[in-house]
Amino acid sequence: MKTKILNNKLKSILICTVFSVGCMILVSNCNPDETQNVTNFNTISMQDEFDVDGAPNPAMWTYDIGTGNNGWGNNELQYYTDRPENVVVEDGMLKITAIQEDFEGSGYTSARLLTQGLFEQKYGRFEARMKLPYGKGMWPAFWLLGANIDEISWPFCGEIDVMENGGSKPTIVSGAVHGPGYSAGNAIVKEYEFTDSRVDSEFHIYGIEWGPNYINYYVDDVLYNQITPEDVTGDWVFNNGPFFMIINLAVGGVFDGNPNENTVFPQTMYVDYVRVYSAN
Amino acid sequence: MKNKKLKFSIILPLIGLISIVAISCERGFSDDVDLATFPTNGDIYTDDPVGLTDDFFESFDPATGANTNGFGTDNNEVYEGSSSIRIDVPSPNDPDGGYIGGIFRDRGEGRDLTSYDALTFWAKASTSAIIEVGFGSDFIEDKYAVGINDLELSTAWEKYIIPIPDPSKLVQERGLFLFSAGTESTNGASYSFWIDELRFETLGTLGQPRPRILGGQDQTAQANIDTSVPLIGLSYTANLPNGQDVTVSATPSYFDFETSNPFVASVDELGVVTVDGPGEGGNNTALITASLGGIEAQGSLTVEAVDIEVISIFSDVFANVPVDNYNGFYAEFQTTLGGAVNENGNNVITYTDLNFVAIEFYGRDGSGVQPVDATDMTHLHIEIRVNEGIDPADFLRFELFNDFTLPAQLSGSYTIAANELLSNQWVEFDIPLSSFTGLTSRNALGALFTVSDATLSNVSLDNIYFYAEN
Repeated sequence: MKTKILNNKLKSILICTVFSVGCMILVSNCNPDETQNVTNFNTISMQDEFDVDGAPNPAMWTYDIGTGNNGWGNNELQYYTDRPENVVVEDGMLKITAIQEDFEGSGYTSARLLTQGLFEQKYGRFEARMKLPYGKGMWPAFWLLGANIDEISWPFCGEIDVMENGGSKPTIVSGAVHGPGYSAGNAIVKEYEFTDSRVDSEFHIYGIEWGPNYINYYVDDVLYNQITPEDVTGDWVFNNGPFFMIINLAVGGVFDGNPNENTVFPQTMYVDYVRVYSAN
Repeated sequence: MKNKKLKFSIILPLIGLISIVAISCERGFSDDVDLATFPTNGDIYTDDPVGLTDDFFESFDPATGANTNGFGTDNNEVYEGSSSIRIDVPSPNDPDGGYIGGIFRDRGEGRDLTSYDALTFWAKASTSAIIEVGFGSDFIEDKYAVGINDLELSTAWEKYIIPIPDPSKLVQERGLFLFSAGTESTNGASYSFWIDELRFETLGTLGQPRPRILGGQDQTAQANIDTSVPLIGLSYTANLPNGQDVTVSATPSYFDFETSNPFVASVDELGVVTVDGPGEGGNNTALITASLGGIEAQGSLTVEAVDIEVISIFSDVFANVPVDNYNGFYAEFQTTLGGAVNENGNNVITYTDLNFVAIEFYGRDGSGVQPVDATDMTHLHIEIRVNEGIDPADFLRFELFNDFTLPAQLSGSYTIAANELLSNQWVEFDIPLSSFTGLTSRNALGALFTVSDATLSNVSLDNIYFYAEN
């Protein structure tokens, strides 16, 4: 036993030594070269842990209600409400539930929450820890819109999609930007595929780190994409001003098609928390 | 397939095991105890068989028509590496057997598969074909058998995933793979298929586990005390990483069964429900449910303990008398199609294009079927599900015929109005036989007609029996 401990100690020392060398190398690597922008977002500027049961905190969240124009521009099928059946905080989570029911001329109801006019920020780390619904036609999303949308309209305001998922693809999410010249079908988008997990069986953290001339896309601790002005086929509209957040669960529409006979209702999108960090 | 007979003999040893464990729980294990563990290797066939019996492939009994010739390996057609398994499926009239199938068995005492969530393999066939695959069959107990009987192979290599319903059960599994293939899907034409990279895997990408009993339906059954009925239609559905659902059959040992009322009914480890007594306090029903790996199974059986004499025409609970048919088609006048079908493990009768239809049990065309003497019976029990919307003018009329087709024939009828039926929901009826106006004698009932005059066109029937309370 003793020899073993001694051996272990020796090993630990060795490992520590190797580690320090490694750290030193890392530190020396941290000097950003001229093409790379690094900002650290360490200061919480907004967070909702969804710890108080009932309706979401009205100081943080407002709602889109109804069907918008042409299913919010995407042929979506749901009618958005703020009823507790569709949106509620309980069990330490925000729950957005899509229900199949006849309501105000629509076949489904769900909810869409916004921080418009309540919380808007330029740059930062925006992240949400979520477990998503499943089944064809489910379209959960966590995204940002330029706060000047009412003045200059979409897509000139810019749109940052932190996470979108089509319910028929339970291992795939995507992140995108939309702007003038690169919106809708021409958005700049990249998919991330889970190889040993799913969006509907576990909570995952979906986030972006957004700074001057870059947006980095994360799933959990994996950086899977960076979008810079060089990647977009139009003006970079992401250095102009603050954005607000949207979390919604759409049913049907252009992203994943409409539900089919195998789609199970109701379906719930679970949000454990939303946190936003700024640089200082 | 074969070897699916329930092994009642294992119940007693199991009970013994449970009591030993219960006693042991008082103290916990000493540090000196080495719990028996088994190898955790998940590989079954990569380029060679891995840890299988010397036979490699153990065929189903040739007496059942299993052909043992077509099994081998192939060094030309591989998905990965240098070799694959090649299976040549014989034509039905092959003198050496008309189908091929069997199992791969662990050569040791079994493997610990608890860390895996699926059996996976790559396969292709010389033509599109449907085969049966599974695992958990060891030709000894088949305790944790899982199967898919309609796996569709294409002519390109594809990966197939067979989910494990509850891996925690597989602490010592010998039945590593099962396949069975005939030519039903190829119109009798023989073909070959290849399997490669066959192994248990931890995918982490399976979701939405959905165990089911009784095909996921909530069923009811009246049953006499001391009678038993096995729960059927046991399955497990999981969602694959590509978003598609896959459903496997699973043996009862994967499930935990529960009764809500032990005074009425009990259910054993093999899912056999036994009616134990009339109940207490006037409650003569018990709800039988199940769970798998802590997930509640869809489907349930509500058992009502009764004391009745029964002559059953069509039921999964009572022994049925022989009948001529469930749709004695009368050409020219009758439009009704359909008959008895298995609906997710529950046998029902479903009619489409209904105008009228007969269940015949009088000995049509000299079949030898005997008419039913229901003189001592008091009621007709029948369950009806209308598989469409119901309009106020819709109806169903049941007509019973005595001495059917004979000169002495007489009949009586009973009509059920639209407001007594529900759309897409089962409704039970207990109709006094005295309500069949005109049926003055019932000593030789030979036909039960269902008539809608096309007001209702899609209707299912179940649990049709005559009874009298003792």
